[in-house]
Amino acid sequence: MSKPKKTLQPWEAERERARKAAKRRRIWSYTKRGFGTMFAAFFAILFLMPIVLTITNSFMSSSEISSNYGMVFATTSSGGKVYIAEKVTLKFIPDMVSFSQYVTVLFKSPEYLLKFWNSVILVGPIVVFQLTVATLASYGFSRYRGRIREIIFFLYIILMLMPYQVTLVPNYLVSDWLNILDTRWAIWLPGIFSPFAVFLLTKFMRRIPISLVEAAQIDGAGEWQIFAKVCFPLCKGAIASAAILVFIDYWNMVEQPLILLADAEMHPLSVFLSKINSGEIGLAFAVATIYMVPGLLVFLYGEEYLVDGITYQGGVKG
Amino acid sequence: MKKLKEKKTHISMGKRLKRVKRSSGVFIAPSFLGVMTFFVIPFIVIIYYSMVDNPISRNFVFLDNFKNIIGNAAFRSAVSNTAIFAGVSVPLAVVLSLLLAILLESKIPFRSQFRTFFLSPMMVPVASVVLIWQVLFHYNGVVNDMIAVVGAGPIDWFKSAYGRIVLTILFLWKNLGYNMILFMAALASIPKDILEVARMESATALQTFFKIKIRYLSSTILFVAIMSLINSFKVFREIYLLSGDYPVDSIYMLQTFMNNTFRNLDYQKLSSAAVLMSIVMVLIIGFLFIVENHFGKDVEG
Repeated sequence: MSKPKKTLQPWEAERERARKAAKRRRIWSYTKRGFGTMFAAFFAILFLMPIVLTITNSFMSSSEISSNYGMVFATTSSGGKVYIAEKVTLKFIPDMVSFSQYVTVLFKSPEYLLKFWNSVILVGPIVVFQLTVATLASYGFSRYRGRIREIIFFLYIILMLMPYQVTLVPNYLVSDWLNILDTRWAIWLPGIFSPFAVFLLTKFMRRIPISLVEAAQIDGAGEWQIFAKVCFPLCKGAIASAAILVFIDYWNMVEQPLILLADAEMHPLSVFLSKINSGEIGLAFAVATIYMVPGLLVFLYGEEYLVDGITYQGGVKG
Repeated sequence: MKKLKEKKTHISMGKRLKRVKRSSGVFIAPSFLGVMTFFVIPFIVIIYYSMVDNPISRNFVFLDNFKNIIGNAAFRSAVSNTAIFAGVSVPLAVVLSLLLAILLESKIPFRSQFRTFFLSPMMVPVASVVLIWQVLFHYNGVVNDMIAVVGAGPIDWFKSAYGRIVLTILFLWKNLGYNMILFMAALASIPKDILEVARMESATALQTFFKIKIRYLSSTILFVAIMSLINSFKVFREIYLLSGDYPVDSIYMLQTFMNNTFRNLDYQKLSSAAVLMSIVMVLIIGFLFIVENHFGKDVEG
């Protein structure tokens, strides 16, 4: 800076300019990064807040819950619009950490545990058997690709894309024919044969190098052996991914039980939670948290599988 | 098809191929039978039901049921509400999740943590967070307190036309993470050399995005749009858990209509609604495919 600019040699001026430009770029990239991080952090807070709030609220004593939000649920459950001129106070951290909600849910009111068990018993067999059926079928779809098979596979895709508004009517009709309405079979069977996992696993299996299969064939392996010894071991990751996606979908189910199970006793917790009445509102957050736990655990241990599963689905990677 | 030809030349034994075809076909059988029994055959019966006057007397009435249901006021409002909801929230879901994916692709710290955070709502059952939504969007709740700061009056979120906004927020909350993962994978799969050339030709970030990346993303955009559309129908869960069988008019969706129609088991209404809906879905998806084919043709190998 001490030297006047005029005395600079042309190459020096050039170097100076380049240096300044680089500095400017660096500052710009830092600001961009800073803003990006802030933006991401803002979104992250928005995304996490409902989950965190539910969990922290589950550690409040029921008297604290009802003094904070009693009115929210009093008005919603009666359906009327009785507004009390009082604020709802949202608290992130309980005044006093209390396990009373959990104690009540786990030891004193068996109906919630029963509904939780209903969810498990509805979802478990669907996940296990949908994947069994789908692994077999996707082997068939990827081993040989004739015209008929391509047509069937296309049919599966169309079915997969149909919303419940369309598929529940056929499901209901069959359940009626087979006399399984109002039994768990009405949820299990359509779930087991849902084409979703077939689509996902076929997309994955079609990427297994044909040379591996041919090598096994030359060694004299039959189809079943190729499936069990070559294909299945390679697909374990993809199967886990599909299992997670199927699990989330059914753990969250609301539409099917409402229509196919008239008996509310058999309803899963996902439907029952909304029917919680104002008298038991102190328990609601604990029940909600307990219901979240399996999903969050699966997420914790299987996030990579989940991410892979989503990407196979999109067909971008495999 | 290409693969099939390769296989043929490679094995070059028709007999053997036939055996493979037959024995691997057995693997499909359980799934195929199940799909036929639980989805395809009853759907064909439903198409038939949608054209007879009732399942017992079975007089053929062709399009009368469709005319009836289109004339039904509840059905029409359900369709228009569903269409409005999907029309607003699906594009939002696509654009916002693409933005999030680009954000996480840039060099910000804690990227993998952010990914985890954005994805976590997907794992949480709707039923678990419904309580918190009720607290937040209650008439005397936190959201109204916050908008009171900027001077807006309190809004009865769940029982007015604003219900749509709440639902859009809940929908985005749940689905952005999933879409974002799809976009992140697609962004990562864009060939690096092309981006390198663009940088050497001193293309700006925006030019690179609109001229190059968008092209490579087109098939993913299509997929995300279709998945978001399907998921937008699942918003019934939120509606049902928040407001039960009879929500306020603006969020009375198709699935709400179907759910209530199931109660009195009007097969004509149900089947013609399902058939109409499936036709519309096929048309929309077909249309999206054609659009994608038109724009994305030049990059697919």
